[in-house]
Amino acid sequence: MNTVIFRTVAPYLAALMVLFSVFVLLRGHNEPGGGFIGGLIAASAIAIYGIAAGVDEVRKALVFHPIAVAGLGVFLAGIAGLMSLFVDAPFLKGLWLFLELSDGSELALSTPLLFDIGVYCVVVGAISSIALALEEDEETR
Amino acid sequence: MAKTPLPKNLELPPAMIEGATSVADWVIVWPIALPMLGAAVLLMARKRPEWQAPFAFLILLATLVANVMLYLRVQAEGPLSMTMGNWLPPYGISLTADSLSALFSMVSAFILLIVILFVQSEIETRENKYGYHPLLLLLLTGVSGGFLTGDLFNLYVWFEVMLIASFGLLIIGGRKIQLDGAVKYGFLNFLATTFFLIAIGFLYGLVGTLNMADIALKAPQVEGGAIAAVAALFFLAFAMKAAAFPLNSWLPASYHAPDPAVSAVFAGLLTKVGVYALVRTHLLLIPQSHGQLQVVMEVVAGATLILAPLGAMAQTNARRALGFLVIGGIGAMMAGLAIGTPLGVFGLAAYAVNSMLVMTALYLVVGLVERMGGTSDIRKLGGIYRANSWLSIMFIVLVFAVAGLPPFLGFWPKMILVLAGIEMQSFWLVGLILLNSILTSIAGSRLWAHIFWRDGREGVNSEQINTKIRPLPQRAVVWGLLPTGALVAFIIVAGLWPEPLFRAGGDAANDVRLASDYVGAVFERVPETKGEGE
Repeated sequence: MNTVIFRTVAPYLAALMVLFSVFVLLRGHNEPGGGFIGGLIAASAIAIYGIAAGVDEVRKALVFHPIAVAGLGVFLAGIAGLMSLFVDAPFLKGLWLFLELSDGSELALSTPLLFDIGVYCVVVGAISSIALALEEDEETR
Repeated sequence: MAKTPLPKNLELPPAMIEGATSVADWVIVWPIALPMLGAAVLLMARKRPEWQAPFAFLILLATLVANVMLYLRVQAEGPLSMTMGNWLPPYGISLTADSLSALFSMVSAFILLIVILFVQSEIETRENKYGYHPLLLLLLTGVSGGFLTGDLFNLYVWFEVMLIASFGLLIIGGRKIQLDGAVKYGFLNFLATTFFLIAIGFLYGLVGTLNMADIALKAPQVEGGAIAAVAALFFLAFAMKAAAFPLNSWLPASYHAPDPAVSAVFAGLLTKVGVYALVRTHLLLIPQSHGQLQVVMEVVAGATLILAPLGAMAQTNARRALGFLVIGGIGAMMAGLAIGTPLGVFGLAAYAVNSMLVMTALYLVVGLVERMGGTSDIRKLGGIYRANSWLSIMFIVLVFAVAGLPPFLGFWPKMILVLAGIEMQSFWLVGLILLNSILTSIAGSRLWAHIFWRDGREGVNSEQINTKIRPLPQRAVVWGLLPTGALVAFIIVAGLWPEPLFRAGGDAANDVRLASDYVGAVFERVPETKGEGE
């Protein structure tokens, strides 16, 4: 796995995959996709970067520990549910906010999207934490 | 989300709740949401070990307050239900609390509050870093969620949350014995979960709904053997989760492996969710199955009642022996389930509360004993009475409470169970409940005699003073002995003044037997025109 080609390509590949994962996450609102699958794609990007550049490098690049990212995800999902407290509705009601942009298009912000971002963070955090731990194990052997 | 537009003139039955939901109803969400959010925040703050304990304590305090408010509300106004996402039941997932679930959830939060204090006496920085506190909060999330959910599939989800958190707590520290225990615990629990899922699938095929209240309406109309098969699968799955004989082997094999505080939480909470699920499924969801399975329940209850204390007598590891005493308590609760009358459920609910409190306290006491003696092998212990008499008094009081000797807490639920058995004329079950008390007191006194009473170790040295005993360090006295003592004091007071326990147990039994109230609370907001469509 440690060829020059792979090591050269991996950072670009990882960047593209993370970009694509965000696209999948946002697209998931109305079409196939969503937080879970997007999170999986981002986690594979992190794993690939880890194989190519070493785990320490990835941990440095991520800044936050993957488990903390997963915690953020749970927090966001919970907050998305609590939003309905302010409109006298039951827990987890979907709320929408439509913003008119300058070019006339509409931007829809919603609590389901916030929830999905939470799912994305949980999946990225949990899966990449496992992947990095396994890769670390491989390196030290 | 398909984009095919719906026909314009389609008349849809109402699916969303109309009108506002009162903020007061949120009291059913907080016992689940608070510990979950707390765990998330603590995960994010993993670089701040000094924040973990105080924050977890505050969150647990808030959770307990929310639970008490929920319990008082249910007491005053009957079962409370909220369906998620503004959907009407049975489309949305309901959270539903009646006296039984609110009571169990409240006691769970109380136990975790005590244990989080005890944890401070033993936690190491390394364990703190690996998420000890978030996992404890997550465990409470799963337990409370399991008690408060009104949806069968959601119950499965909470079981998983609980299982994942308990795996983490089991292996934190990474000693060999912990991995060994985790494998046994994990394998059998996954097996039980699989049976549970299969049963959910079959039930959905039969009645077409997963909302518990809706099942309670529709399942009695399903005839024949299919529903009995589903009920038997539920019984198998939950009896395994509750560690009833002959599916109990995972409990003593794993509960002695983690830190004492963790095994105390496990012993107090985990098996009771299984018992709760048994009550829900067999007395509320599929009540006709109770008659069909009654013989099986009686045999399981009887065997568990007798074999568990016998197992405890054969153990040389103190915490393994306590594991068998936990199982003995499950036997008493199974007896209440098998009897199934309001009095039987009364006894079950009261015994479950007793077992949660007392088993947690026993594990905490033994945790302190281990700290002093450096081992949990009762052959190598001895002389703790001389070294710390408070500990030995607490232990013997708790043993009496487990065995059900008056005037301690365990006596009252057992008395109710015996009354319920006499009322049902199942005298052999009554006899076994009483025999269980005798055997449990023998097993417990054996532990007490070995650990506390004699001066030294096993064999020729038993008259010589045990030199391996170290006094408790200051930290263990403040954070370990004091919370444990407070819990034991609470147990003693509750035993001398059993009035609240009686009231709580009686209310729980009434709610379980009055399925119409439970169903009514869930469907309260469904408009009358439901199903007519015009």
